Amino acid sequence: MKKTDVVIIGAGAVGSALARELSKYRLDVTVIDKNEDVGGDISKSNSAIIHTGYDASPGTLESQLVVAANPMYDRITKDLDVPFARIGAILPAFNDEQFEKLPVLKHKAMMNRVYDVEYKTGEELLKMEPELNPCVKGGLYIPRESIIDPFLLVIGMAENAADNGVHFMLSTKVTDITVENGSVRSVKTDKGDEIRAGFVINAAGLYCDEVASYVGKGDYYVTPRKGQFYILDKNTSCRVSTIVLPIPTKITKGKLMCPTIHGNMLVGPTAEDLLDKTDKRTTADGLASIAADVSKMVPGVMIRDTITQYCGLRAQRNPEGLNIDMYDDLAGYVNISGVRSTGLTGSVAIAKYVVDLMLQNGLKAEFRTDFNPIRRGTPRFDELTDEERRELIRKDPRYGNIVCRCETVTEGQICDAIHRTLGARTVDAVKRRVRAGMGRCQGGFCGPKVIEILSRELGIPVEEIRKNEPGSEMTVGNIR
Amino acid sequence: MQGKTYDVIVIGAGPAGLAAAIGAKENGAGSVLILERDATLGGILEQCIHPGFGLKYFGEELTGPEYAGRFISLVKEKGVEYKTGTMVLEVSANSVCAVNPEDGLVTFSAKSIVLAMGCRERTRGAIAVPGTRPAGIYTAGSAQRLINRQHIMVGRRVVILGSGDIGMIMARRLTLEGAKVLAVAEIMDYTAGLTRNRVQCLEDFDIPLLLSHTVVEIKGNRRVEGVVIATVDPETRKPIEGTEKLYECDTLLLSCGLIPENELSKKSGIVLDRTTGGPVVNQFMQTNLRSVFACGNVVHVNDLADNVTEESLRAGKAAAAFANGTLPQDEKQIPTVPGNNVRYICPQKLCRGADATLFFRAASPARNVTLSVVINGGQVIKKNLLRVNPGEMEHVDLTADQLATADSVTIDII
Repeated sequence: MKKTDVVIIGAGAVGSALARELSKYRLDVTVIDKNEDVGGDISKSNSAIIHTGYDASPGTLESQLVVAANPMYDRITKDLDVPFARIGAILPAFNDEQFEKLPVLKHKAMMNRVYDVEYKTGEELLKMEPELNPCVKGGLYIPRESIIDPFLLVIGMAENAADNGVHFMLSTKVTDITVENGSVRSVKTDKGDEIRAGFVINAAGLYCDEVASYVGKGDYYVTPRKGQFYILDKNTSCRVSTIVLPIPTKITKGKLMCPTIHGNMLVGPTAEDLLDKTDKRTTADGLASIAADVSKMVPGVMIRDTITQYCGLRAQRNPEGLNIDMYDDLAGYVNISGVRSTGLTGSVAIAKYVVDLMLQNGLKAEFRTDFNPIRRGTPRFDELTDEERRELIRKDPRYGNIVCRCETVTEGQICDAIHRTLGARTVDAVKRRVRAGMGRCQGGFCGPKVIEILSRELGIPVEEIRKNEPGSEMTVGNIR
Repeated sequence: MQGKTYDVIVIGAGPAGLAAAIGAKENGAGSVLILERDATLGGILEQCIHPGFGLKYFGEELTGPEYAGRFISLVKEKGVEYKTGTMVLEVSANSVCAVNPEDGLVTFSAKSIVLAMGCRERTRGAIAVPGTRPAGIYTAGSAQRLINRQHIMVGRRVVILGSGDIGMIMARRLTLEGAKVLAVAEIMDYTAGLTRNRVQCLEDFDIPLLLSHTVVEIKGNRRVEGVVIATVDPETRKPIEGTEKLYECDTLLLSCGLIPENELSKKSGIVLDRTTGGPVVNQFMQTNLRSVFACGNVVHVNDLADNVTEESLRAGKAAAAFANGTLPQDEKQIPTVPGNNVRYICPQKLCRGADATLFFRAASPARNVTLSVVINGGQVIKKNLLRVNPGEMEHVDLTADQLATADSVTIDII
């Protein structure tokens, strides 16, 4: 039987942040995830915003950790080479009813210790965002709301953890957790492995209730809440420069419009409660509601410039709220549940909180002096200066071969994405790492080339190249 | 790196770029360079292995690669220089910045430039087909590349959304390769592509064409497992509830329109036509940046490569004349105006001192119509047409004399 100090179940945002945090200690850590790639499920579909927590419920664990997490992003994005920008958010009020809610929202921000929220007049907001509905009466400005590349955040944390010695077992599903004398003993997988572990952390996100039930701690259930989004072309003429948030109602936080870190416009999300955790369909009605709602704030929004639509699931739980638990009657087991729309932001603070909790509850671990916090990113050709581009091509001519013309992604980048730590093995994994296929032609031109490169670099037949998980093969083999 | 200086640089080596380079070289351009992003010359023609090319230009039927081959030979014979595997990153009035593995980043100078980047396909995302996001969704052209150039089969049971020419041609191609094409669904009540493709690619192979139908949902979490097709109201083009039918398939191809690829043009400040999506040009295929010309599908999407060739030879000739300082210039260019049932006219502007051929498309299909060309309120051409179809481009010729005192030219289909 394999032995490890800590098993983390789930390599999403929280699991990857935990892996990196634990890799700062002299510990043997194993991350197990059912997906082909890290961040392969709900962590890849979100609003890509790093929140301040200004609107969280004051006094909750979620509020505490989101508020604590926000300032950490300047450092972590620099260390891991993750695109990130503090563009700020605005919360414009367009009628009296909304206007009257502003003091309540500002007070809530103060209760959450987000003290830099400011009032803005309608005139000031229009100056900041000329595309706003001109009937804007005033609103709030939340300067530290930020945007990030959510794929590279998760990939970056996982990669850095792996570089610091954490083992990743991907495409592997945990099927059971065994318990002995009131302590966790081992984790069993669908590959027939049994891994003995002193600590097991349930960071399974959407499926954390199922994992919790293995140890009889499933006293809650996950109630997925779907959010659908539009991505608009980088060339769309109606643009915003901040995150434009609606004033929340009792029912929903509403639909926003913001730039992505790579210059597209993001519009959405819906909020639809589901029973089926695999329901990742966009719907005509859902998409129509986004257009209707956001155009009230930004009347000129050009939905017809959409290049793609996607939906993500928030791993909401019932009873509600972020919960991080250890149990008197089950030593070594940590349960993380209710990681919802603030989960991407919260992940880095959740990781610190959990590790501290474990240290207080029996984890013996020595701090490492040789932890390397730096991840060398893949060069982003489109962001380089001409001089840097020349230098790169001189060293490796594959950086002179543009494969994805929409996002100006080179063969060199794609090869780097494939061969680096926790490298890409699928078309989607390449796309999330270097953006090939993320542009306006959505892989129409580069898709066939990416398939060829993956096949060549990995030495596997073309018909085995997949979009993501097994069963998602891109093609069916050679012609007759 | 500072590259050489050329009389004419052509961006793209598809039918448009090849013809433009030849047109330039045959009409007095000393040095001509073609920059092509793909590994070979020929552009999309290289994957169009079906016949139907050259009927108009050569008077014989050729395949795409054969048609391209003739121009590639000419390019080589005439001493046109070319670089393949070379992506252009930026264009200005007299320079082109490009990148490839051998030269790295290079800036070439040119007296005139011809844009011939072609077009791209409208995607599933652009038309926002709801549903899951599995593997097995391809634009018709990507599938064509995979099958004809990489010899990789995309699927076994196929539904095609949209009746563009490539979609219909791929319906036949996939059938010949042993796939079952269940249906071609078209949201309009007429086919988008050529009549000959409807007959030869769909009817001859008994492939059902569902007019006034669209895909309302894609099913399958990993690979496509099916698509739901519904009838649409011909007026509103909205799906009619209760008409949904599931087609179990592993592949969905999209042939829902082509979009001129003008990211370079936009960045360089070239004015685009909102309807065509391509640069506003005059009869010399000259853009608002006087030294920059454009031709082929980057200007407006053509239905025949032969038309692209003719238009591009003219563009090349004009670019050479510009490089040599002999292109007539008319400071006050006059507009062409799409009138009744005309979607667009190309060129959008005319210099009055020269003959011009005006290409245009009907906005909707019609039979037994009158084509009318009006200059300054007076009808100069009146012609009866048996039928017009948005999928088939029409043209009229105007002489320099007719245009001499014109303030505008209007075309109506009544």
